[in-house]
Amino acid sequence: MCVCPGPRRIGTPVRSSSLPLFSDAMPAPAQLFFPLIRNCELSRIYGTACYCHHKHLCCSPPYIPPSRLRYTPHPAYATFCRPKESWWQYTQGRRYASTPQKFYLTPPQVNSILKANEYSFKVPEFDGKNVSSVLGFDSNQLPANAPIEDRRSAATCLQTRGMLLGVFDGHAGCACSQAVSERLFYYIAVSLLPHETLLEIENAVESGRALLPILQWHKHPNDYFSKEASKLYFNSLRTYWQELIDLNAGESGDINVKEALVNAFKRLDNDISLEAQVGDPNSFLNYLVLRVAFSGATACVAHVDGVDLHVANTGDSRAMLGVQEEDGSWSAVTLSNDHNAQNEREVERLKLEHPKNEAKSVVKQDRLLGLLMPFRAFGDVKFKWSIDLQKRVIESGPDQLNDNEYTKFIPPNYYTPPYLTAEPEVIYHRLRPQDKFLVLATDGLWETMHRQDVVRIVGEYLTGMHHQQPIAVGGYKVTLGQMHGLLTERRAKMSSVFEDQNAATHLIRHAVGNNEFGTVDHERLSKMLSLPEELARMYRDDITIIVVQFNSHVVGAYQNQE
Amino acid sequence: VMFHRLLSVVRRQSSSRGWQKWSSARGGVSAAEVHSVALPAQAQVVICGGGIMGTSVAYHLSKMGWKDVVLLEQGRLAAGSTRFCAGILSTARHLTIEQKMADYSNKLYQQLEQETGIQTGYVRTGSIFLAQTQDRLISLKRINSRLNVIGIPSEIVSPKRVAELHPLLNVHDLVGALHVPEDAVVSSADVALALASAASQNGVQIYDRTSLLHVMVKKGQVTGVETDKGQIQCQYFVNCAGQWAYELGLSNEEPVSIPVHACEHFYLLTRPWESPLQSNTATVVDADGRIYIRNWQGGILSGGFEKNPKPIFTEGKNQLEIQNLQEDWDHFEPLLSSLLRRMPDLGSLEIVKLVNCPETFTPDMRCIMGESPSVQGYFVLAGMNSAGLSFGGGAGRYLAEWMVHGYPSESVWELDLKRFGALQSSRTFLRHRVMEVMPLLYDLKVPRWDFQTGRQLRTSPLYDRLDAQGARWMEKHGFERPKYFVPPDKDLLALEQSKTFYKPDWFEIVEAEVKCCKEAVCVIDMSSFTKFEITSTGDQALEILQYLFSNDLDVPVGHIVHTGMLNESGGYENDCSIARLSKRSFFMISPTDQQVHCWAWLKKYMPEDSNLILEDVTWKYTALNLIGPRAVDVLSELSYAPMTPDHFPSLFCKEMSVGYANGIRVMSMTHTGEPGFMLYIPIEYALHVYNEVMSVGQKYGIRNAGYYALRSLRIEKFFAFWGQDLNTLTTPLECGRESRVKLDKGVDFIGRAALLEQKQNGVYKRLTMFILDDHDTDLDLWPWWGEPIYRNGQYVGKTTSSAYGYTLERHVCLGFVHNFSEDTGEEQVVTADFINRGEYEIDIAGHRFQAKAKLYPVPSLFTHKRRKDDMELSDVHGK
Repeated sequence: MCVCPGPRRIGTPVRSSSLPLFSDAMPAPAQLFFPLIRNCELSRIYGTACYCHHKHLCCSPPYIPPSRLRYTPHPAYATFCRPKESWWQYTQGRRYASTPQKFYLTPPQVNSILKANEYSFKVPEFDGKNVSSVLGFDSNQLPANAPIEDRRSAATCLQTRGMLLGVFDGHAGCACSQAVSERLFYYIAVSLLPHETLLEIENAVESGRALLPILQWHKHPNDYFSKEASKLYFNSLRTYWQELIDLNAGESGDINVKEALVNAFKRLDNDISLEAQVGDPNSFLNYLVLRVAFSGATACVAHVDGVDLHVANTGDSRAMLGVQEEDGSWSAVTLSNDHNAQNEREVERLKLEHPKNEAKSVVKQDRLLGLLMPFRAFGDVKFKWSIDLQKRVIESGPDQLNDNEYTKFIPPNYYTPPYLTAEPEVIYHRLRPQDKFLVLATDGLWETMHRQDVVRIVGEYLTGMHHQQPIAVGGYKVTLGQMHGLLTERRAKMSSVFEDQNAATHLIRHAVGNNEFGTVDHERLSKMLSLPEELARMYRDDITIIVVQFNSHVVGAYQNQE
Repeated sequence: VMFHRLLSVVRRQSSSRGWQKWSSARGGVSAAEVHSVALPAQAQVVICGGGIMGTSVAYHLSKMGWKDVVLLEQGRLAAGSTRFCAGILSTARHLTIEQKMADYSNKLYQQLEQETGIQTGYVRTGSIFLAQTQDRLISLKRINSRLNVIGIPSEIVSPKRVAELHPLLNVHDLVGALHVPEDAVVSSADVALALASAASQNGVQIYDRTSLLHVMVKKGQVTGVETDKGQIQCQYFVNCAGQWAYELGLSNEEPVSIPVHACEHFYLLTRPWESPLQSNTATVVDADGRIYIRNWQGGILSGGFEKNPKPIFTEGKNQLEIQNLQEDWDHFEPLLSSLLRRMPDLGSLEIVKLVNCPETFTPDMRCIMGESPSVQGYFVLAGMNSAGLSFGGGAGRYLAEWMVHGYPSESVWELDLKRFGALQSSRTFLRHRVMEVMPLLYDLKVPRWDFQTGRQLRTSPLYDRLDAQGARWMEKHGFERPKYFVPPDKDLLALEQSKTFYKPDWFEIVEAEVKCCKEAVCVIDMSSFTKFEITSTGDQALEILQYLFSNDLDVPVGHIVHTGMLNESGGYENDCSIARLSKRSFFMISPTDQQVHCWAWLKKYMPEDSNLILEDVTWKYTALNLIGPRAVDVLSELSYAPMTPDHFPSLFCKEMSVGYANGIRVMSMTHTGEPGFMLYIPIEYALHVYNEVMSVGQKYGIRNAGYYALRSLRIEKFFAFWGQDLNTLTTPLECGRESRVKLDKGVDFIGRAALLEQKQNGVYKRLTMFILDDHDTDLDLWPWWGEPIYRNGQYVGKTTSSAYGYTLERHVCLGFVHNFSEDTGEEQVVTADFINRGEYEIDIAGHRFQAKAKLYPVPSLFTHKRRKDDMELSDVHGK
């Protein structure tokens, strides 16, 4: 069970930008490598003595490639290697005192880290014609937590039209974000299904026939589904559609996507809550549903069907539309509102939902009850259940839960639960030909990069790959020197673009490695990626990005039809 | 009439100067003018292509007296690559034949203006070849040595001198340069027009705007051409169609495969420099920077051969495309950077344009000329690898000589169309290969480099087996052949790092293989050899072979004869071994690259007789060469037959069983002078026989060996190879092979008269073996081939091949010694005495090494000793 894992979501906020890690060259960051520096100091002292007495030995240290030492993915290995590393650092330092030593990852190592989780999906074309308004999407994740708490999902609805894409930012562990990433799209898909299809599915289940497939998932190998809970999840889902069938019996009106999304979100959160209250005879499952309920997750989900784009957001992930203006420049259109203290309407909503005397305590230090950063989330029953219910569940729950200080802890000023909801805010946008792509990303991206930069970088990446206009001299007065400068610039641009085959990877590269000039600084990137696990969370959050590319031709054709 | 018409074309074109004139002149031709002229009904020769090649061939044919010549051009004269050519004439080439062609072109173009009155823009600028590295300088020094001995002035100069020669050059990163003062720049389009004009005056008829549809062939002989304006009957056809040569070749009913493929080629034109460059400013070639730079109308013209060429027209092309190719600045960027590094002051120079002119390339970076192997009278001159202007004059002359006299005055085997076969004509192969060839123009050319693309086309059935045992491969005529076998515990350098003019990294590996050949037994897969079978119902096979070959082939069945296939002047067209399988059938083994040439030669002379059958069985047999004193033991153990010289004498052939496999042709020869056997194995038995040989051979110390070991062995034993040492201009008498010529065998044979004459008069050159004396194998530059030989300080010839002799522990070079008269330079008779009484030196990149000349192989000093060792060894192994 993860106890208060990151300093960001729950607890004292740490502002990454104020940290001195990247203020200067090696000496400054060295202070932050506190476990390292201790070893280093020790060996420095030891080394000096050694140097005096065994000069000949010290002058020829065994060469250990710095890159291999620097990248220490496994803690045990890291500890094992550190003394050696500082030894090497020391002796090298003595020999070339004037040149600062570099321990950076090589570009291929950086790439292998950045690309480990990248995934691309292209919507297949039929008979050379692509009738979908979505060309495809690129997604990627860069962990800061260990294990990563972000999740992503993408799927095509098979019984209705449209594609679902979502990013989920977990907190207090990854159980909730994992569960939501597995289950939410089914809830949405079911909510969207017409009455007849629901009946058909129910009948199939009833008679043990093969089920109509509802979703086609587009998953990276690292995106997993929990096998153990599938039965439980299925039963909950079935109960949901049975209710939908009963509810809509007789009426077969148009399905409202907005409503469907809201219902699906709320229903899933409700099911998570109920499953935790009811428990499960299987102790593993019982523990799992509790972990899911006591941890939390935000969700930002896009549903694209033709020109109709719905974004349902709960929490502080964000959806951003990349619009190419007529002059070719890029502008960003936000399709979601953050549910946190920076959103006045959210603060207002919270204050209205609770008695006046709680006005000061409900949002404190920019956090819900002084604790939680997002104001809407799945799970997090500690902010939803009554104190009685919480105590009862914890006491009857397994020992692991009981022993956990975090779960037992009741938020201060907890008078009128629920304080938290999973109800999404749904924004509708009708796609236009100039809407080229949609970026869905967790707050890990948005707190390091301005939305305008995000859209510009993705826009230039996507178009740069397809058409960097060839240069022609034709009639202009150009000197060889000017042409050379121009070409060198173009090449630099191309090389950084061509390094990535995935727009999300490209964005992460910029998010982590951008220097003050807005260009990727390999040194910085390498430093960031070689942070030890326990430190990474101090400098950045998990980043999850999905970049959905739209097919302007199809969108344009839709427009012309009407 | 024709001439006037032509002159009007010329005048119209030269009225607008410069590179833009193409577009401005285009609209000037009225349709009526073109259609009014009717084609002649017949001609002796039809040339297709009005570029520099076609006009040069026409010019030279007419000079040699062949005046009934028609030249057809689909667009206008000098409109293809010739129009866009950068106009640099440089003689510093790697091949001597190319140097000679360029040198002749230079002299021809120089006097062309005087001869024809047409301005060609010829300016003698000289050229400077820069070296940024020591290896490049070595390469330039080698070229320098060779240029000097054929009378082209050139010198190696210091960077300081380079700065004096060219004001704008940055010389800080240079280690030296080659200066060739007589190189020139010229307008290639104007040269082509001048050549056309002169040819026209000599009677050649020129028709532009006439498209050739296909060449008409009857019974393997050119009979005429079909054009969009009608037919012309002709005896000879010359394909000088440049970029279109490939397609034109395939358009016949009987296709002629001409392996060329185009790549885009870019160069830059600028406005004049603030103080305009002199028109005689030297041309600069910075091969390490991949660029060339010449002066152009006060500014510069600079292009290059980039590492990542863009092949074009793979799927075919039409004429319009060539004029509308896009400039690609991003592609040019590395070359531009290189240019500004070399001439930093050029930054402020204003750009006129970037020209994209496709160039044609061939699979081996050498141009293509000669007669088609399948269609008689069909000649080709194409694939100039960006050196069309430099070669144009010389190549045209050689081709004209070829047509008029039957063969050029120089050996041009390296350029002969017949070095290629249909196997090199795949578009995919060509596309991939030219992408390697184009950058190679400016890559460092070191000994023993192999092409990396278009490989693994033809392989022996043992390929995978050998590859798994560490074989490193080279390619000949598409066939993969093992160079040597890297032992499992040894690592060789990566390809790039292994490039050297000095001792290569495989030295010890090959040494071990050679030693094993000398002391135990090695097996070399030599399946690439060309193998023909000639059979007949009666004596026809023997009769034709006796006529085609100089040795006496009327030998008892089972005997093998080494013999030359000679031309009329007694020169080697092929050097082969022929085994008499039965009274009426012969098995003929020739070098790998003879597959097309030898076939064409035999076909040309063989009578149309259904009872006489020639069959190419190259693909049917895998050839294993068992070399070494223990080969006898291995074979007798595998065949339960005694293989000792008493039972199986040297140069003997017998079909026998080896292991389980029957019908293996075992021949007691090794192509190296070492004892051993060649096994010709039907391919389905290849793996079995190989496995048996290897497992039985184990106790005799058998191992795999490659061609490098073979090469060392054969050169050490003074075995000359056709294609390297022997060519169409060398006779058996000139290389000490009198014994392989039976002048009195009772039948006449091709070349007999010439040999008789030569026998009486003496030879004018003699193949000699040189053993380098003061050469340090570890530290000195290694000989390769083409090094000048000096006798008593006088240049007497060049080496043809070389290898390190592991037994002699010296480098051995083979080469021809001439006897140039000191007064007149005329060639005189070379006698054994002349050879023996000289003091010799071999010039390797400007450094002369003392050498001992031998006319006969060094007697095996160690033969006796080895026999004794053998006995001791066998004692050990026997128990």
